[in-house]
Amino acid sequence: MTFFKTNYNRRSFLKSSAAAGGGMLLGFSWLASCTPTDEQLAQIPEEWFNINAFLKIGDNGIVTIMSPNPEIGQNVKTAMPMIVAEELDVDWSNVVVEQAGLDTAKYKRQLAGGSQSIRQGWQSLRMAGATARRMLLEAAAKEWNVPVAELTTSKGIISHPSGKTAGYGDMASAAAQVPVPEGIELKDTKDFKIIGTPTKNVDGPKITKGEPLFGLDYQKEGMLIAMIVHPPSFGMKLKSFDDTTARAMPGIKDIFTIDSLPEGVESQWSDVNAFPQLVAVVGNSTWEVMKAKKALIVEWEVNTKGENTVEYKKGLTKLIEKSAEEPARKDGSPEEAFKNASKIIEKTYSAPFIAHNTMEPMNFFAHVSADKAELAGPVQTPEYLSKTVSNVLGLPEEKISIMMTRMGGGFGRRLYGHFGVEAAVISKKANAPVKLIYTREDDMTQGTYRPAYEVKYSAALDENNNLTGFKVNGAGIHESPVFENRFPAGTVNNYVADKHTLDSNISTGAWRAPRSNFIACAEQSFLDEVAEAAGKDPIEFRLELFNNAIANPVGEDNDYDAERYAGVLKLVKEKSNWGTKREGVYSGVSAYYCHNSYVAQIIDLVMENGQPKVQKVWCAIDCGIVVNPEGALNQIEGGIIDGIGHAMYSNMTFTDGVPDQNNFNNYRLIRHKEAPVEIESFFVKSDIDPTGLGEPSLPPVAAALSNAIYAATGTRVTQQPFVDNVNLDKSTL
Amino acid sequence: MAQFTININGASHQIDVAADTPMLWVLRDHIKLVGTKYGCGIGECGACTIHVDGVATRACSLPISVVGDSKITTIEGLSENNDHPVQKAWIEHDVPQCGYCQSGQIMNAAALLEQNPSPSDTEIDTAMNGNICRCGTYTRVKKAIKTASSQG
Repeated sequence: MTFFKTNYNRRSFLKSSAAAGGGMLLGFSWLASCTPTDEQLAQIPEEWFNINAFLKIGDNGIVTIMSPNPEIGQNVKTAMPMIVAEELDVDWSNVVVEQAGLDTAKYKRQLAGGSQSIRQGWQSLRMAGATARRMLLEAAAKEWNVPVAELTTSKGIISHPSGKTAGYGDMASAAAQVPVPEGIELKDTKDFKIIGTPTKNVDGPKITKGEPLFGLDYQKEGMLIAMIVHPPSFGMKLKSFDDTTARAMPGIKDIFTIDSLPEGVESQWSDVNAFPQLVAVVGNSTWEVMKAKKALIVEWEVNTKGENTVEYKKGLTKLIEKSAEEPARKDGSPEEAFKNASKIIEKTYSAPFIAHNTMEPMNFFAHVSADKAELAGPVQTPEYLSKTVSNVLGLPEEKISIMMTRMGGGFGRRLYGHFGVEAAVISKKANAPVKLIYTREDDMTQGTYRPAYEVKYSAALDENNNLTGFKVNGAGIHESPVFENRFPAGTVNNYVADKHTLDSNISTGAWRAPRSNFIACAEQSFLDEVAEAAGKDPIEFRLELFNNAIANPVGEDNDYDAERYAGVLKLVKEKSNWGTKREGVYSGVSAYYCHNSYVAQIIDLVMENGQPKVQKVWCAIDCGIVVNPEGALNQIEGGIIDGIGHAMYSNMTFTDGVPDQNNFNNYRLIRHKEAPVEIESFFVKSDIDPTGLGEPSLPPVAAALSNAIYAATGTRVTQQPFVDNVNLDKSTL
Repeated sequence: MAQFTININGASHQIDVAADTPMLWVLRDHIKLVGTKYGCGIGECGACTIHVDGVATRACSLPISVVGDSKITTIEGLSENNDHPVQKAWIEHDVPQCGYCQSGQIMNAAALLEQNPSPSDTEIDTAMNGNICRCGTYTRVKKAIKTASSQG
């Protein structure tokens, strides 16, 4: 066991029933929001005892564990409580999970982003379970008049060698009175029983029954429906509107303009919003409001010039034609290396803007009255939303409550909670509880896109085909995609990384594995080409580079562990059919590190009617301890399909600032037919604390695909979406 | 506004709405059955799939005025106890990630198996191609359909 000092403040251990969870506030508890099953009804205890902010124990031994972080499909609502349950040493079948609301006094970092929920929650979740267990033991020791050290626990039962036993429920009342221990021992990882056991999604049965879980499902007595109209083009703003017809339509209550980010209001990083000024339509039902919205006559005016795809692409290309004024990183003398090279390989890669397109469009519930604001809905950053709502409404934060609903996808889109602010402003103006709903078109044309990027790579090989020089020069809208300290930095003596950004009035934001979602594909496609020029097997070539970084790393800022990197490559090679020739089957490999985790992938594909059909993806991942292998596999598979889909098909383009795509009839997402036939994943066995899992499987897979496409067709696909840039069948379905 | 009497999950409902109101919004706003999801509103994503006399239909593109005497089944009415073979297979394979599209996937899969109790891989792909899953659960959806098919 390892001894840790607990770092809770007293507030984390409130014992009054008021601490039963923010979920209760808005009726989103497991009993209130859904029809309880007979099984659940049989489990309801007579009385609950709050042990700490993360858990309460019923007199019958049932344990409710609060899931503190927003659930966007990354499965934290199952995995985070598993960590608490492990240290509490309770039977998982006696655990009920409840979503916590925003409560910064009780919980840290209630945010879904950067694949960090488990990694950063790991210690505090374990301690919440371990301290509760310790308090139960102390209660039992006192009642039985025996030393605590003589007691053991298993599956929610406390035992003493004398034969005495008690369930956690029997001791919960007394445990709630025990002082919080100042330090606590945590389990050895080898003793884990729940962590590491494949465990089903706690909301699975509710999802398959269609129960109300999502923001869009939220209902409240007297609630009105609100929708917004935003400018049709980036660079435009509202001039005037005529609502004579719309206002007279059935069910319409009010139509007005709002400003969700008025001038002078302090803004935060999460306040990305190209269109703070909007027209809001409020009415009784969704369809009535949708119809009125169409009947509105709105006049827009140009604020800044609308952009065209051809133009900003030219702008990016121009930027990477020259070096940056100051390189982001430079090792050795790349100039010399390229001058003395016997072979130089150069290639430029690009990717377009893409939309997040969560299946559940942006929406939020708000009920603002004179002295308080109740909000509920899907947001990845409730703490930031609370702050902006407070600034915009002029209400202190303690008067604002935010309940996180399950989210129909996040992918970074709901880091930017302007829709929550809009709902609050509309509710205040309409003086009623409202649920704001974006149509798919509103959602897809609102912005906060993954930026368009372009990057140029150059490699120098000497006469023995050793990599002697490497240059990366990348530009993007609002941000460069280059991570200067990542592989292959550190493996080559002469290296330079240049970064450029291009300004735009099209708004951008984090999209699952920001920057990595593009740069991994470019880098790993390029390395494949360099390996070929060097006459080396692509895996052996990469391992050679990692060996350089292990034996003699160049520079001191390399932000990866070359041994772990090489480890996933070796594992995926061993598990796949790499190197065996099969008629009509073509393979590609790729490896990447992000969000503290290492991933290597191999794709096997066949060509069918001119289109690549992925037969199999092998994925090796080193993400430390795997909390829930079932959920982890699901994340990996999803990331792979997401990565293949967006690289192959997705594209957001603009004409005079107007998005050319606005719904799934003209914006293409991967569909069933196009998904890989099979995905097989392998975890590196590890005792390292868990690292990211929601994002790392996505970035490299596009390169495994492009490298396999090259093996099949002889064409290097360098521009995304691939479907538009190689001779593939372009049929949409 | 007009009066409609429609049969949903075996029960008769009187609804007073405009004749062009899509069944999606009738279900969600008026009958408070929110398992049927809004994804695109133009029949391109399949999140709103319901059964009309057993046939998988996109509720976003089905005005209430054309429903007539047809029997409508939503995800809430697919089974009494979450025990339709497709629902059981979905839980067994832990299919959902975010879960938002899954009502539509399940309803589409259930209609497929009703018509074709043991579909081939290609038949599954073709039948399910109109249902988008943004999280990428496609391989699990297919496995679950095969499991449900063998249990059928």
